This record gives sequence, structure tokens and C-alpha cells, in this order.
Amino acid sequence: MTYLLRRLATFPLVLLGVSILVFVAIRMVPGDSITAMLGTEAGLLTPAQRDSLAAYFGIDQPWFVQYWRWIGGILHGNFGISVTYGRPVLDVILERFPLTLELAVLSMIIALLVGMPAGIYAATHNEKLSDLGVRVAAMIGQSTPSFVLGLLIIYTLSAGFGVLPAMGEFAPLWQDPLRNLSQLILPAITLGFAFAASVTRIARSAMLDVLSDDYVRTARSKGASARSVIWRHALPNALIPVVTLSGIEFGYLLGGAVIVEQIYALPGLGRMVLDAILQRDYALVQGTVLFIAFNFMIVNLLVDLAYVALDPRIRLGEQ
Amino acid sequence: MRILRAIFGHGSGRIGGVIVGIYLVLAILGLLGLTPHNPITQYRIDRLHAPSAAYWMGTDLFGRDVASRLMAGIGQSFTVAFFSVAFAALAGTVLGLAAAWLGRRWDGVLMRIMDVLLAFPAILLALLIVTVAGPGTWTSVVAIGIVYTPIFTRVVRGPALSLKTREFVDAARTFGSSSSYIVTRHLLLNLVAPLTVQVTLALAWALLTEAGLSFLGLGTQPPAASLGLMLSDSRNLMETAPWLMIFPGLAIMISILGFNLLGDALRDILDPKMRRALA
Repeated sequence: MTYLLRRLATFPLVLLGVSILVFVAIRMVPGDSITAMLGTEAGLLTPAQRDSLAAYFGIDQPWFVQYWRWIGGILHGNFGISVTYGRPVLDVILERFPLTLELAVLSMIIALLVGMPAGIYAATHNEKLSDLGVRVAAMIGQSTPSFVLGLLIIYTLSAGFGVLPAMGEFAPLWQDPLRNLSQLILPAITLGFAFAASVTRIARSAMLDVLSDDYVRTARSKGASARSVIWRHALPNALIPVVTLSGIEFGYLLGGAVIVEQIYALPGLGRMVLDAILQRDYALVQGTVLFIAFNFMIVNLLVDLAYVALDPRIRLGEQ
Repeated sequence: MRILRAIFGHGSGRIGGVIVGIYLVLAILGLLGLTPHNPITQYRIDRLHAPSAAYWMGTDLFGRDVASRLMAGIGQSFTVAFFSVAFAALAGTVLGLAAAWLGRRWDGVLMRIMDVLLAFPAILLALLIVTVAGPGTWTSVVAIGIVYTPIFTRVVRGPALSLKTREFVDAARTFGSSSSYIVTRHLLLNLVAPLTVQVTLALAWALLTEAGLSFLGLGTQPPAASLGLMLSDSRNLMETAPWLMIFPGLAIMISILGFNLLGDALRDILDPKMRRALA
């Protein structure tokens, strides 16, 4: 409990750091949001018009006043207004987030469904030809960038079967589940592929470690069946590294899969933040980055708590 | 020499070593401009030419030779990967050693800063840095380097902390060795093994990130060749000229595979636990 409190206490500090970093970084990008919004037309503005626009966006103030206003707003749940969307930042983020979350969950399901059985199978067939096969496949999977795989999938579908992945208007899960899944399944496979390979590798090595432990040998010598040894004795302990890896990977995916969203033309968080950076939409970039960092920290905390659930011997905070 | 023999005695090390070796040769040839054709010359009459004896991997929309561009691109990608990993390894080692050796307040401050950097998804942080500084080769180097610095810092700090409390460090101190001597001689030398493994794996990751940034148009700028850029340009021509996608795609994949295999082998070879088990 004290560990949890201590970890939670570091959250504001890290988020403060993230907020300063992103605030400063986005202001170092040449140009400002007025030029980014109006393009060359910004040159046609009279000084008075420009000043009033700057005042409207709050960028006429010194940076520390801007920062202070921004942070003060966030503490009241106000993340500011996005220049490009003309709507509150939080609304824009929350509109994009379900897709990113769903994509991350689907990829993780694919990774675990493929990776766990493959890893356990390889570990229990150690040094056999089938183990080698799984290891080679996992190595190749881990070395395949998502954008290469994504393009290969699209190419195979279009050249081989004359179909294109379902793109166009994105259908949210609760409105049209079937259409939604048909739009997300290929991106999820694209992201889940390398993820599954990592899960396979870590599950295999964790399982191998555990299978050579004394207590597993004891269980075997007591006459426990091979199945019971694997499922009841070995697997729970082998799960810890798998949980860590999946948690970290999941945390990254919640930040949006910029490239995969780009390839499949999905309106997720990743593409939005890329566009926002390019458009110099200060408020949107700042809000999204803070949102992503917060999610990432929460996921990491949950991963740590999952350790304790899986292995009561671990006492957090005593490393 | 011994390490080379060990790598080539290791199954995946042999394959990884050969792959990395071939890529290094291609990268150097590409950087020196020793390619079959000039990578930016446009042979307009041969636009979108399929792979043939004259153009081994075909030509692109502008009639540029894909094989030559691939070599130049490998040179480009490897340059970015090597410099960015060198940057991250150097910065991470210095910061990690400083955090471990100075301890207390310094450790706290440095590691919190690293936490802040780690709270960003890697590609997002790289994107932000690239947008601030404007896309280009050296921006990519710095961006990827900064993103990877916290990981090196952690890799160094952990073992350095435990080495610091070992008897031989106490002994060195009693003999009157200076701090800088102890840090470089006793701590750093003992960290060479984990650092080597990390550097190899980081190279795989840096190649991936460089390709990703270029794919998004934020890395290497045209007309210079880069694997990610070639892949991105191939998207609209996928059906008419699949070779534009397949060769750069495979080139990226195999280069990452090579470093991953080599990294795995080095981990097996250099991990003291494993070494003892093998002896």
C-alpha cells in the first residue's frame, strides 16, 4: 500500500517534467499557430488582426504566463482549445482514443493467443526441430517492422485477391461492430505480429528457466503428470516476464501507432498527434502528450501490481 | 579475436555476423558512391523498368536505379544508426555512472529526468525532436540518440550501483585510488559486456526508427535515398511496380534481423551466468 502511494506521489512530478518538456519543445518549432492555421494568408493580416488573434490564442503573453495558464486550466479539467479542430482538446482526444485503445487491446489479444502457446510449445520441445522452427519464426517476426508488414499485407490482398482493406469512414465499435472489426483486424494483425514474436520468445525462455527449477523437478518426481507440471506448477511463474513485456508494449500502443494508423488511414491518436505537431496546434500536442504519458505511467503501475498478484513473494519497493 | 571466434561458433551469431558484415560492405560502398549506377541519376527512358540485367532491382518512377538507391539508402540508414547509438551509449554511460557514483540527490534528479523521457512513447519523442529541429540526417541522429539515452542510463546505473558496493571497490579506495580511476577502471570495464549487448540491440532499434521517421517524411530528405523513404514512395505504385516495395522492405527487415541475431548471440556469449554454465 505504501508502495502504491509512493509511486502515485511520483506521478505529478514526472507529469510536470513531461509538461514542461513538451511545452518548451513545441514552442521551439519555427512559426506559430496563426501562421500554421492561415498559411500564406497570415501575411495579409493587419497588425491589429494579428494581435487580436494572438490574444485569442493566448500566445501574446510571455511563455511562463502561457504555461501557468495552461497548467491552471488542466487542474480544472480544461486542456484548452485545439486551433485546428476549433473544439476543446480533451473532446478531440477522447474522440480518437477509443480506436487506439481498441487497436491496442486487439493486438495484445492476438499477441498472447499466438505467442503464449507457441512459447510454451517451444519450451516443452526444447532443442527439437519444432522448437527451432518456432524460434526462427519468432526471430523473423520480431525483426519485421510494422510498416513493412502492413504494406506487404495490403499488397498481397490487392495483387493476390483484388481486394483492398476496409478503409473509408471509420465505424465505432458500438455503432457497427462487424464493420468496425473488419476495419481494425488487419491493423491489429500488423501490430500484433512483432508483439506475438516477442511474447513467444519471452514465454519460451521464462518457461525453460522455470522447468529447470528444483520445485518442478520435485513435482515431476512426485509423479505429477506432464500436463499438470506445465499448467499448474510452471506456467504461473513463467507468466511474470510475459506480463511485464505485454504491459510495456501495451503502454506504448496506447500512445497511438503513428505509422500503422497512417498506412491504414485510421483516425487514431497517433496520426492525430503527428498532424497536430505538423500544424503547430500547441494545445492539442501538449494535451495529447500529457494524456499519453499519463496512460503509460498507469499501465506501468498496473504491471507492477500484477507482479505481486502473480508472485506473492515479491515485495514492491524493496528492490 | 576471441570474441569473433565465439560469435562464429554460435549458431545465430554466425548468421547475424554474416548479415551485418554484408550490410557493412554495402553501406560503405553506398556511402563511397561505388554503386552500379548513380543513385540520383534519372534514366527517364527506363522509368518503372522491372528488374533486369541492367537494373538488378528495377527502376523507380523517375527512372532511378533501385539497387543503387538501396545501397545508398543502407549507407544512410547505417550512418544514422551508428551515430545515434554512439550518442546514446556515450551519454547514457556517463549519466548512468554519474547517477550511481554520486548517488543520493544526483541519482534522484538524473533518474527522474530519465523517467520523464521514458514516459514518452519513443517514436513520439523522436517526432517531437525532429519537428523542433527540422528533418534531416543529423536531426534524426540526435532524436534517436536522445530517445535511447535513458535506456543506456538504466543499463549502466543498475550494475554500477551493485559494483560500487563490492569489496574490490572498497579495496581500491583504501589504496587511495581516485574516484575517476575507480569509475573508469573498476566500474566501466565491468560494464563492457552488458553495454556491448545493448549497443547491438540498440542498432537494430535505431535502424527501425530511422526507417520509420523517413517513412513519415521526417527523416532523410529527398532526393537522397533512404530505405524508409523508398518504401513510403512505393505505396502508390505497389501494383504496377511491386519491386519498389519488396526490395527496400526486405532490406530493412534483414538488417534488423542481423543485428537482433548478433545481439542474442552476444548476450549468450557475454552473460557471465551463461558463461559459467557453459564452462
